[in-house]
Amino acid sequence: MNYLNENIESLHKKLKNGDITAEELTQDTLKNIKELEPKLNAMITVVDDAKPAEDLDLSNELAGIPIAIKDNIITNGIRTTAASHILDNYMPVYDATVISKLKKAQMTIVSKANMDEFAMGSSSETSYFGTPKNPWDLTKVTGGSSGGSAAAVAGGEVVAALGSDTGGSVRQPAAFNGIFGIKPTYGRVSRWGLIAFSSSLDQIGVMTKRVADSAKILNVIAGADDHDSTVSTRQVPDFTKALGKDVKSLRVAVPEEYFGEGVEQEVKDLINEQIKVLEDNGAIINKVSLPHTKYVVPDYYIIASSEASSNLQRYDGIRYGYRAKDTKNLLDVYVKSRSEGFGDEVKRRIMLGSFALSAGSYDRFFRQAAKVRTLIARDFEKIFEDNDVIVGPTTPTTAFKIGSSIQDPLKMYANDILTISANMAGIPAASVPAGLVDGMPVGFQIMAKRFDEESIFQVADFIERNNKFYEKKPTGLED
Amino acid sequence: MNFKSTIGLEVHFELKTKSKIFSPSPVSYGAPANTETNVIDWAMPGVLPMVNKDVYRLGIMVALATHAHILPTTHFDRKNYYYPDNPKAYQITQFFQPLARDGYIEVEVHGKKKRIGIHEMHIEEDAGKNTHGANGYSYVDLNRQGVPLLEVVSEPDMEDPEEAYAYLTKLRQIVQFTGASDVKMEEGSMRVDTNISIRPAGQKELGTKVEMKNLNSFDHVRRSLAYEEQRQQQVLLSGGKVQLSTRRFDEATGKTVLERVKEGDADYRYFPEPDIAPDHISQEWIDEIAATLPESPFDRRKRYVDEYGIKEYDADVILQTKESSDFYDETVKAGADAKLAANWLNTQINGYLNEKQVDITDIKLTPAHLAEIIKMIKDGTISSKIAKKVFQESIENGTDPKKYVEDKGMVQLSDVSVLGPMVTKIVDDNPQSVEDFKNGKDRAIGFLVGQIMKETRGKANPKVVNQLLNKELQNR
Amino acid sequence: MEITKDTITHVAKLSRLAFSDQELDKFTKQMGDIINMADQLGEVDTTDVPETVQVVDRDTVFREDKPEHWESKEELMKNVPEKVDGFIKVPVIIDKDDNA
Repeated sequence: MNYLNENIESLHKKLKNGDITAEELTQDTLKNIKELEPKLNAMITVVDDAKPAEDLDLSNELAGIPIAIKDNIITNGIRTTAASHILDNYMPVYDATVISKLKKAQMTIVSKANMDEFAMGSSSETSYFGTPKNPWDLTKVTGGSSGGSAAAVAGGEVVAALGSDTGGSVRQPAAFNGIFGIKPTYGRVSRWGLIAFSSSLDQIGVMTKRVADSAKILNVIAGADDHDSTVSTRQVPDFTKALGKDVKSLRVAVPEEYFGEGVEQEVKDLINEQIKVLEDNGAIINKVSLPHTKYVVPDYYIIASSEASSNLQRYDGIRYGYRAKDTKNLLDVYVKSRSEGFGDEVKRRIMLGSFALSAGSYDRFFRQAAKVRTLIARDFEKIFEDNDVIVGPTTPTTAFKIGSSIQDPLKMYANDILTISANMAGIPAASVPAGLVDGMPVGFQIMAKRFDEESIFQVADFIERNNKFYEKKPTGLED
Repeated sequence: MNFKSTIGLEVHFELKTKSKIFSPSPVSYGAPANTETNVIDWAMPGVLPMVNKDVYRLGIMVALATHAHILPTTHFDRKNYYYPDNPKAYQITQFFQPLARDGYIEVEVHGKKKRIGIHEMHIEEDAGKNTHGANGYSYVDLNRQGVPLLEVVSEPDMEDPEEAYAYLTKLRQIVQFTGASDVKMEEGSMRVDTNISIRPAGQKELGTKVEMKNLNSFDHVRRSLAYEEQRQQQVLLSGGKVQLSTRRFDEATGKTVLERVKEGDADYRYFPEPDIAPDHISQEWIDEIAATLPESPFDRRKRYVDEYGIKEYDADVILQTKESSDFYDETVKAGADAKLAANWLNTQINGYLNEKQVDITDIKLTPAHLAEIIKMIKDGTISSKIAKKVFQESIENGTDPKKYVEDKGMVQLSDVSVLGPMVTKIVDDNPQSVEDFKNGKDRAIGFLVGQIMKETRGKANPKVVNQLLNKELQNR
Repeated sequence: MEITKDTITHVAKLSRLAFSDQELDKFTKQMGDIINMADQLGEVDTTDVPETVQVVDRDTVFREDKPEHWESKEELMKNVPEKVDGFIKVPVIIDKDDNA
């Protein structure tokens, strides 16, 4: 089964009509993944013995549909590595809440997707398991950190994948690969079983070619959870109800800072075309300002790295994961296991975080960053007083060449400037394909008020219906 | 030169919950290694903490009992350090916004009352346990990981080891009477760290402090502080400087030994725990908890002395533990005479506990039993001597005293129509005793009472026998 | 703000990471750049601005005190690199509070 022309609805029909059985669908999917993997390297682990749920209930549209899971989401009995050497043999003994919920909906987990190590990166090049490739051009990055999930969906390995988004890790690879990806409101989806990078920013998201498919899956994974005290107990709406609507009178904010000098002109043009379409269809376009945008990158790196430095201390070689050989004493076990087990980018973030939290730096860095975060969030609150959504480009450029930025952390970090704010403010945000620039996809970003994913689905679905980007096939896989 | 000491204490109490503070693993002691753990205790990737409500409830009880101000909003923080018994390599504690601040307790030392401040108290998680082997390895057991702790940090208000001792004794008693903790040092449910510095009298700024951790008993606290006062004085008098350090008390020599010199405070990189939402502690909840707070030892003592007319010393003996005080209250509630109950508790029961080296909660005698025994003495059903036999039986076997007395036919013989002829016969049989009595030898009566007791196998009511005998002898 | 090799060495120690001399040079330079970028935050006037450390729509989330046993201890132990008699085995511990 190659999924380039499929969506959940079409697959469900085939299962329901008996054109294919769920077993066959699973086997076909595994076969297709294996054929494409030499080109894409989108997966870390393929679940060879994957089987559809027993007693399949085909009144449920998701039943029997295969899905890929980013490898920082814990799957009971399926190796989970966070793309790190330090966990490359780690076998979980419980399921993340999202996994339990997908299983309850009878989706079939077929593989664990490649990513940046511990989700730290914007190109998936920091993976211990090799760099995944962009299906539109195999010499280019998939983006990150959910690069494997994005490439797998864009390349037709699966119809859907879960990712996680701490500073743009779902939206940026979605943009780079020409698919839809949504980071829900912080607290919309339980983080139980998501390997923590930055606890106050991390959120699990959905990546699919079609907007409707993400709405269907988010319907299933969202909601209260007794294991996570930061997850909301609000009623989860049926997100598919937001689809098929027009955009008349919708108040759309366009921040000037998202069209600054760092953003490529062709990207700006394509995004403006989409905004024009919204305007032509009755949306009210308001030019606005997010004055603290220039501080989001440093602010993010302080907060995310500080939390990460603490979250990643548990990888110490004692209870699980990689333990270095030839150690003389306990300190040796710690230092060698961690120094050998983590890659450079992870070490940089741990170091930055330890520095920002250390005595003498806390007020100047962590505390100041937490205050600036308040100001960033306030910028958004103010805009949402008079607007329903904020739109702009997802990334300043299209996917870059593999190897071009990895040696320059600051250049890599600057890439996240348009996506980070949503995590800082805890608001939902998504990227929907806008079109191509030089044959590479461009993402249109939509942000909304906390717990208003419906407005995002409404706009994304409208854009999708208008530009029909899903009809385009990735060019990198053509022989 | 005169020196002044400044002493501060940090006391950890294990809070008495059924499950751990952030995970539902059971809290238990002596289970095989790592059996009372789950993925949260192991800090497996992806796990999250979830706060146990009862930990707050018990913490609030102690805060109320020590007059501390409970913060309306608290938040957990992370204290980062690596150690094998600390699986996340951070401890979840409350650093910036603790449970409560500014409490106090009152102690009496050297005949004077003194108020000692409590700086703050916060809830946090305990670590697992490392056992050090002789072969270059250590062995980690995570059963204790996540057991809830309340840390009570005093103000540096204590000026000598006696005050520290009094503070600890009082604090333990207060916490024990809330029921929030078992407060057993030997089992680790109460742990004491001390800080002491000295400075020449008249000097304003405090001297360099020395810390002592994990002291085994209140006596060790007192002795180690006294030793440190002397040691630090000698260091200063000989022109030296006290080092910022951690020392250990050596029980065998009674001295303190340098463990580690500190170059400054350890860098724990505290920051707010992002995995736990803030906790708002409402006044309604505090009031609700206050309503369930058991009567304080202070109030109990007042009741014992003022209402029951018990001697202060006896009241203090009863109040040594909450269990003994509870036992006493229940005995009185079951209808026992308050003074007799105090007597029996402090002599008979305590004697038994000392002899057997057990706790009052371990014995089979119930407060209802003791009340029954006391009632039977009072209404003359049994003699004090028999009562002791009954007591022995009940405390050892849990036998119901009333039933035992009836079954064994121990009911005291007070019937004059039975005892009268018996007395007449004994007096007839012992003319020498009658002679002695006439000659003013009081011992004669004792001998004759003994004879009656022998005849009745101890069941005769001695009071009645005495009366009858006196009458009989007067008539001869 | 100048980031020296000493700073980086200290932070590496806190982080339980070790670097070769060559790596240390590279990291010192990179960390210096990153920290100086982050130091821009100092430009922002944050007088009277509260800190945001999490964005949650609920508070005071408690669990009832009900104990639950984890079913399989073997499962919990199965990823342990070295174990003996149900214990996790680690090389001898040097100094607990060596955090400096």
